[in-house]
Amino acid sequence: MVVRTRVNGEWREADVWPGASLLTMLRDSLGLFGSKNACEQGECGSCSVWLDGKLVCSCLVLAPQAHEREVRTVESLGAAAMNPVQEAFIEAGAVQCGFCTPGFIVAVTDLLQRDPAPNEISVREALSGNLCRCTGYQKILDAVALAARRIREPST
Amino acid sequence: MSVRIGIRGGIGESVRRVDGEPKVKGDFEYASDLSREGMLWGATLRSPHPHARIRSIDIQAAVSSPGVLAVLLAGDVPGKKTHGLDEADQPVLAWDVVRYAGEPVALVAAEDLELAREALKKIVVDYEVLPAVTDMEAALSPDAPRLHGKANNIIRSLRILHGNPDAKADVWVEGIYETGMQDQAPLGPEAGLAVPAADGGVDLYVATQWLHVDQDQIAPCLDLPREKVRLHLGGVGGAFGAREDLSMHIHACLLALRTKRPVKIVYGRQESFYGHVHRHPMRIWMRHGANRDGKLVNVQAYLLSDGGAYTSTSGPVIGNATSFAAGPYEVPNARLEGTAVFTNNLPCGAMRGFGAVQATFAYEAQMDELARALEMDPLELRSRNALHTGTVMPTGQLVSGAAPVRELIDRVAVLPVPPDEPAPDRDPMLLPGGAGHVGHGESLKRGIGFAVGYKNIGYSEGFDDSSQAWVRLSRDRDGPLARVKTAAVDVGQGLDTIVTQIVRTELGVERVALEQPDTRIGSAGSSSASRQTMMTGGAVQLACRAVREELDRQGGLERLNRPIEASRTYHHRVTGKLDENGQGDPHVTFAFAAARAVVEVDTELGLVRVVQLAVAQDVGRALNPQSVYGQIEGGSAQGLGLALMEEIELTDGKVRNASFTDYLIPTILDMPPVVSELIEEPEPGVPFGAKGVGEFSTVVVPAAVAAALRQATGRAIHRIPVKPDDLAGLRPALAYRKPPGS
Repeated sequence: MVVRTRVNGEWREADVWPGASLLTMLRDSLGLFGSKNACEQGECGSCSVWLDGKLVCSCLVLAPQAHEREVRTVESLGAAAMNPVQEAFIEAGAVQCGFCTPGFIVAVTDLLQRDPAPNEISVREALSGNLCRCTGYQKILDAVALAARRIREPST
Repeated sequence: MSVRIGIRGGIGESVRRVDGEPKVKGDFEYASDLSREGMLWGATLRSPHPHARIRSIDIQAAVSSPGVLAVLLAGDVPGKKTHGLDEADQPVLAWDVVRYAGEPVALVAAEDLELAREALKKIVVDYEVLPAVTDMEAALSPDAPRLHGKANNIIRSLRILHGNPDAKADVWVEGIYETGMQDQAPLGPEAGLAVPAADGGVDLYVATQWLHVDQDQIAPCLDLPREKVRLHLGGVGGAFGAREDLSMHIHACLLALRTKRPVKIVYGRQESFYGHVHRHPMRIWMRHGANRDGKLVNVQAYLLSDGGAYTSTSGPVIGNATSFAAGPYEVPNARLEGTAVFTNNLPCGAMRGFGAVQATFAYEAQMDELARALEMDPLELRSRNALHTGTVMPTGQLVSGAAPVRELIDRVAVLPVPPDEPAPDRDPMLLPGGAGHVGHGESLKRGIGFAVGYKNIGYSEGFDDSSQAWVRLSRDRDGPLARVKTAAVDVGQGLDTIVTQIVRTELGVERVALEQPDTRIGSAGSSSASRQTMMTGGAVQLACRAVREELDRQGGLERLNRPIEASRTYHHRVTGKLDENGQGDPHVTFAFAAARAVVEVDTELGLVRVVQLAVAQDVGRALNPQSVYGQIEGGSAQGLGLALMEEIELTDGKVRNASFTDYLIPTILDMPPVVSELIEEPEPGVPFGAKGVGEFSTVVVPAAVAAALRQATGRAIHRIPVKPDDLAGLRPALAYRKPPGS
């Protein structure tokens, strides 16, 4: 079936099997490989995208559910210049193998849009659906704190 | 030479990762992101039985399934039918017999993944189920099914005799310890793309740890000369040992050569659990004897490891575990025995810590037990026996490099411990069980535990190890540029950044471009055993120095007009095999670490919150401090996982939890802050004095967490991962009995 979705501001069409996930459509039909497939069942958050502005695991959304709706992926962030979350992840050393990173970037950007000054417990709770196997999360927490400060005080 | 001074981004700086920007933007191309025009998808049929004879396979329905271009069985493998790192005993596709549940039996290539999976379901395999052996002690029994038709199921047995192994002691403690089967669980799944070439060969783009050892195994199975099987690195989403053995490599090449089209294979998470080797479960018997004054006199150990169905690296893993079984201590007398066996469980091989993790859990539990028996402070006992430069190890090897064990113990002990907040004042997220809101902190007990450990850097026991690097210095309109090529893999640990830093320091040039690793240059060896900074870092340093010599002859950077290039190979010092009494000079060098865990246990519910981990690590010299801390933190998380939650659960050889819903790895809610301290005592004879850093926190953290749980609960904890049942007293600890064959 043909699914018509506005992806990163542009209307796109994809001919997909009705059982395909939004993640599969993004990757294999639309060539947007930034969202990663690491668990296929919504446990790891590597495929995090926005569907009509709401943070979702794209592996748990059927492609047809995205018909006539708006999807934003990690590719929408930092196309021109990196956003403060992306900058902070590099600066704080929060990237190792990087497979979880796009999902974290989307989830942290989402969190800081909702709450520009989260305390550590809220950050941990908000990111508990994103698995990282390399960093032990400490530098991810550092990156979130750094990004939040930069967003609040752009000159720092 | 003045250009070297003041160059930015050289060694010793916390330089930003060279692959940071593409990774945060989602632009970095992992092996699973590869695609080609006309590409097919491959899929693998696996055995549902741990041990069975294949009577027949009917592929007719699969062949005529929509979109299918090839269905392959063992008979379609044109060359050698088996592969393996140390012993080629693993079938490319099973014929006659399957030896573990999950073993590949047939392959399909189809127009898309769903069609390939549909076709797999139409393959009919008639199995005759055979008796399986799924316990490592049972595998030693003369009545056990023999997996490989040999006299017994032993993969390797070794014995290390040191001093007088029958020496008497005033005080003895004994215990049996067990560790579960841990999965490396890199987030990037096994993935690669095979592209048939005009010359009849194949180009394989793959996520791996060691391109050349893959090439060595793939080419004979394809019946192609080595030079026609060209490997190229695909982006790697973590490895931790899981990518040392082959997974989809030969399969994708077979399908591509058969269909004459590019074929991609990507495992799903469930398949990933079957598709790579795991950390060996071990059962370890130990007896420690000491004098009343707290000096170790005699250590007796028997280590048994479950190698699963095929050899993989079970030999060196049990070699490591056994040679480290007495711990980082001066031990005058010892009898250390290790045996690895075949079972019909999943094959086991390399994982971060490579045998040292299991041994450390056992000997550090023993050290605490000994301290209790002697009524001594456990840290004092460790300090009193600490190994140091000049110590002779049980293998007879002299510790000649840096060995700051006492200092590590002292440093980790004084790191601040977080204050113990009363439960009612806390956010419920900070209670054991956290987000589940299962308790209110009525029965909380805090415990603090320590562990010290060590591991070898690089490959051991006489392995001829090397790495080659090529460096080319030229000038373009933006100034001098150094291009570097090696076959070394950045699996995520940050090697590419370290190499860039080394080049900047050695050549005094800021602009460094790394070429994509492939098999057109000599081997770099594996990105494992904490060896790449030493090996490939060493090769890059040598190549830079050769370029530098020529540059100086030409009059320096200002006069650089024609490109200068050099290629050099680095070898570490020669090591030796162990003799029949386990004596020799097996290891290149070592790094040491000490950990302290602060835990809190809800003793009624058996739930744990780790409050803090502290690690002091012997790093030689930190070439990129931020990256070193990152390795320590990440390694600690995998250690915490092994201590508390991570275990592949097998029932009669069948995996019960092959998903991230059922196999739990630490989340951001499980991980406490990690406080780390680096001890920088440069290692003689090693480039920049820098020791590898990747594995050592993983070696010590599980033992420290277990020690903290013992202190909190007063319970004997002899098995990791520790489950709520153990902490709530619902499962008894292992009682001591004699080791097999004694």
